[in-house]
Amino acid sequence: MYAFNYHRPNSLDAAAQALAANEDAKLLAGGQTMLPTMKQRLAMPSDLIDLSGIAELRGVCEDGDAVVVGAMTTHAEVAANEIVRSKIPALAKLADGIGDPQVRNRGTLGGSIANADPAADYPAAVVGLGATVKTNKREIAADDFFVGLFETALEPGELVVSVRFPVPEAAAYAKFDHPASRYAIVGVMVARTGGGVRVGITGAAPSAFRQTEMEQALAGNFAPDALDGISVSADGLNGDIHASAEYRAHLVGVMAKRAVIAARG
Amino acid sequence: MPDSGIGAAVKRREDFRFITGRGRYVDDINRPGQLYASFVRAPIAHANVRGIDTAEAEKAPGVVAVFTGEDLEADGVGSLPCGWVVTDKHGEPHKAPPHWPLVRGKVRYVGDHVAVVIAETLAQARDAAELVEVDYEDLDPVVDLAQAGEGAQLHDEAPGNLCYDWELGDKAAVDAAFEQAAHVTKLDLVNNRLIPNAMEPRAAIGEYDVGSDSYTIYSTSQNPHLLRLILCAFVLNLPEHKVRVVAPDVGGGFGSKIYAYAEETVCTWASKKLNGKPVKWTAERSESFLSDAHGRDHVTHAELAMDAEGKFLALKVDTKANLGAYLSSFATAVPTYLYATLLAGQYATPAVHCNVRGYFTSTAPVDAYRGAGRPEATYVIERIVEVAARDMKMDPAELRRKNFIQPDQFPYQTPVALVYDIGDYEPTLDKALEMIGYRDFAQRRAESEARGKLRGIGFSAYIEACGIAPSAVVGSLGAGVGLWESAQVRFNPTGSVSVFTGAHSHGQGHETTFAQLVSEKLGVPYEQIDIVHGDTGQIPMGMGTYGSRSLAVGGSAIVKACDKIVEKGKKIAAHLMEASVDDIEFDGGQFKVAGTDKAKGIGEIAFTAYVPHNYPEGVEPGLDETAFYDPLNFTYPAGVHIAEVEVDPDTGETKIVDWVAVDDFGKVLNPMIVEGQVHGGIAQGVGQALLESAVYDDSGQLVTGSYMDYTMPRADDFCEFRVGMTVSECTHNPLGVKGCGEAGAIAAPAALMNAITDALGAEIDMPATREKVWRHAQAKLKAAAE
Ligand SMILES: Cc1cc2nc3c(=O)[nH]c(=O)nc-3n(C[C@H](O)[C@H](O)[C@H](O)COP(=O)(O)OP(=O)(O)OC[C@H]3O[C@@H](n4cnc5c(N)ncnc54)[C@H](O)[C@@H]3O)c2cc1C
Repeated sequence: MYAFNYHRPNSLDAAAQALAANEDAKLLAGGQTMLPTMKQRLAMPSDLIDLSGIAELRGVCEDGDAVVVGAMTTHAEVAANEIVRSKIPALAKLADGIGDPQVRNRGTLGGSIANADPAADYPAAVVGLGATVKTNKREIAADDFFVGLFETALEPGELVVSVRFPVPEAAAYAKFDHPASRYAIVGVMVARTGGGVRVGITGAAPSAFRQTEMEQALAGNFAPDALDGISVSADGLNGDIHASAEYRAHLVGVMAKRAVIAARG
Repeated sequence: MPDSGIGAAVKRREDFRFITGRGRYVDDINRPGQLYASFVRAPIAHANVRGIDTAEAEKAPGVVAVFTGEDLEADGVGSLPCGWVVTDKHGEPHKAPPHWPLVRGKVRYVGDHVAVVIAETLAQARDAAELVEVDYEDLDPVVDLAQAGEGAQLHDEAPGNLCYDWELGDKAAVDAAFEQAAHVTKLDLVNNRLIPNAMEPRAAIGEYDVGSDSYTIYSTSQNPHLLRLILCAFVLNLPEHKVRVVAPDVGGGFGSKIYAYAEETVCTWASKKLNGKPVKWTAERSESFLSDAHGRDHVTHAELAMDAEGKFLALKVDTKANLGAYLSSFATAVPTYLYATLLAGQYATPAVHCNVRGYFTSTAPVDAYRGAGRPEATYVIERIVEVAARDMKMDPAELRRKNFIQPDQFPYQTPVALVYDIGDYEPTLDKALEMIGYRDFAQRRAESEARGKLRGIGFSAYIEACGIAPSAVVGSLGAGVGLWESAQVRFNPTGSVSVFTGAHSHGQGHETTFAQLVSEKLGVPYEQIDIVHGDTGQIPMGMGTYGSRSLAVGGSAIVKACDKIVEKGKKIAAHLMEASVDDIEFDGGQFKVAGTDKAKGIGEIAFTAYVPHNYPEGVEPGLDETAFYDPLNFTYPAGVHIAEVEVDPDTGETKIVDWVAVDDFGKVLNPMIVEGQVHGGIAQGVGQALLESAVYDDSGQLVTGSYMDYTMPRADDFCEFRVGMTVSECTHNPLGVKGCGEAGAIAAPAALMNAITDALGAEIDMPATREKVWRHAQAKLKAAAE
């Protein structure tokens, strides 16, 4: 790890200022990605701005027909939270399936989506549930948030404050985990709302995406058979020693079906 | 059942300190004035080193020194030796290119040691290591074992990258048998490369003492005396009596900590260079991945000849073995003498021939890893026997039974050099069949199929050679060392016992089992016996722990030392009780005068030996005996593992639904520890078959260089392992024990792959990744639908 300056601001403004003050400053949330990267000397931030002192970034509340989760809320808190468990159990379950207990006790929603790891679980929830990401500057719709591999719509100096998840009628997340890291090789969040069905997919491509053909089929018939005959193209999907693009494409179909079955209860 | 002697399931006394964080590992040791080493490692697989510029690094804060291969060369530091000379087919010794602790002119794998930076803090050493400028001239790497012979030349000494072309067995007899065969089964196999991944990474501190002109080396070693011998006699030219090697608590080795590595060599040498400042190095996990000796890595073609009834006539095996960029300490022996000699398996196959070509490649050195050669041999035999049963449409259990060596054939001379002293294979198979419920397998398979799953069952009837080894035998085969073990049993005046053993415990539980053994032998309470290991300053001599030898060889040395104690004790007891020595009997800690009720406890005898006021004439005071034991033969643990799996054809996931292991380890000292060893071994074998694989890309970069990509098995990958035992006691050591440390890792891969290929109806190589299994499962379903 290279030397860096450490800051622990206690307000959003102070954090944003510290971030703007230095081009090579980085935010620190749970540190589950940031710190290993620094230890391996793959990142050398000049300043590390620890968000853990900012109370308003943490916690879960209900807001109309949505659940709002603060950026600094840990995966373990989301998994155990009563509001999340009763309103969007699929989200609690997703959080409970991230990493191991140590990771869940440190890692945060904001850190996860800002990092936009193609294999991370939360992006499937943000996209699949049609969430809105609130930053210190604006609100960003899920469909616009994940831009590419480790790339989001966040601009320099912008930080995630919270994520607003509309409560679905039914939803479930099915994950096919990576054998070594246990991130998602493919993760599919299926959600049925008054307005239709959303299918959010992580792991398969450089960035989380929606599968509209499945969404349309499921809107007509929210049953696993509705997905029969939909074949997912392997074009543009990720391939590595653990899963080729073709295998991932196949798994999207399998996991989508499993999510539909689980969502139907 | 006894509560602490032989046969008792005593809880491991060492676990208290391990599970409460009170163990003391090399990295826990910090010496006054200690400096830290960071190695500059090759970032590319094969290159000429045109120059190393250390100027910037030397100027960096806290840096004390930067050394390169030139500095070691100037000081006459030698090459890390390979301690086993394999003589090839043509009577030539294997090609032995030098393995310099810091490279001289060339790097040969990613992770190779280019320079070392020594600084006051670890962070300073690492910062400065990045400032070392190396001018590389890229050369083509040699990554693919199958093509290694045609690739770029890695060492001038080894044309075609060939280390040796070696054979064992009677080729003419094998060829003749194939002529007669009614059926020949052929199989191509890959034995995947593994990375050992001991929980504790390697670490070392080298400390030179100016005043006494002596060295202390703290090292994560499985064999401190052997490390001392190698460093003194071959690499650093140090006087052995001036070097102490301490291997304190060591968190697993699996073979990877047998060897003498560059890092401890350099730390030791540098400490002298720096006037006695201790120099410490602890591997980062990524360094472990790159530079610990890897395991396995064979490509094999095998053929089995049978008569019309399925009697084995001959086995023919052709193997290419990857030795990596340099020869690690015992690299040459693993794919030859520890491999081909086991190819008879449990079967009375009259003729076996094996050809092995060992190649250098631009990858990390490969050496012994849990099982070392024997898992590879078992994998060849047990896979081809299973495939033969499929070819012949015979029950795989019955085909094995038909070919087993029969009890009346022992001692059995195999066609590949070994003489099995004892074994009883059929009862072991029967017990395993009974435990798994073999008769009802078809029903279970149908039930799985009804749920859309593919079920398979697979056998592995393994044998291994443990307790290495008779020194004269291994010497005649090229080993550079003797493979005896030593023990010292010392009574203290108050009656407690200190036992010094040259075996080294790094997870095996010696402190418990050896104390059980001594308690039984001397009748001293278990609590009053302490086992001391891992320090050449305390233990007379030793060869260390590997090849499941600790109890069979080290334990036998302890028995011999105990016998000497009893012999001497008899003289003292006879004197005290005014009887003839010949009339003294020893039992349960009591010296008795035969036929009387006169007796003296061993504690009183020990006290008398140290306070010899009333003492037999001509007998030395003290009760402290040392013994060496050189085994008469290998021991031959054998057993049958049966795995049952269920494959999900939608995803290719393999679920292990049942596992039965019936092993014959001879006499068992502590059944709980033995069962633990079996579980751990199976876990590693399952890891190899299902999950683990060291993958280098075409340029020689290690793709699986972290836990993000190298898949370690986890508890939820397993079912409960059901363990059974049969016992045929080893005939040639005083305990009747055989060894159990590697059996699981030897047996498991074949059992699991046989089960998976049974489910799929297709042959696939390890690891049986989900994608591979999915493709074959889909193909099977498609074929069935047509
Ligand atoms: C062993 C292990 C296993 C894991 N397994 C999984 C898994 O199965 N599934 C999964 O999804 N994830 C997994 N993770 C990732 C983990 O769960 C975290 O989600 C992830 O590391 C990022 O969250 P964090 O809070 O630790 O962020 P940090 O590591 O602190 O930060 C990550 C990045 O986000 C930026 N950032 C942090 N907070 C904000 C913010 N509020 N606004 C803008 N930018 C911000 C940081 O500057 C940094 O660039 C695993 C991690 C580990 C170490």
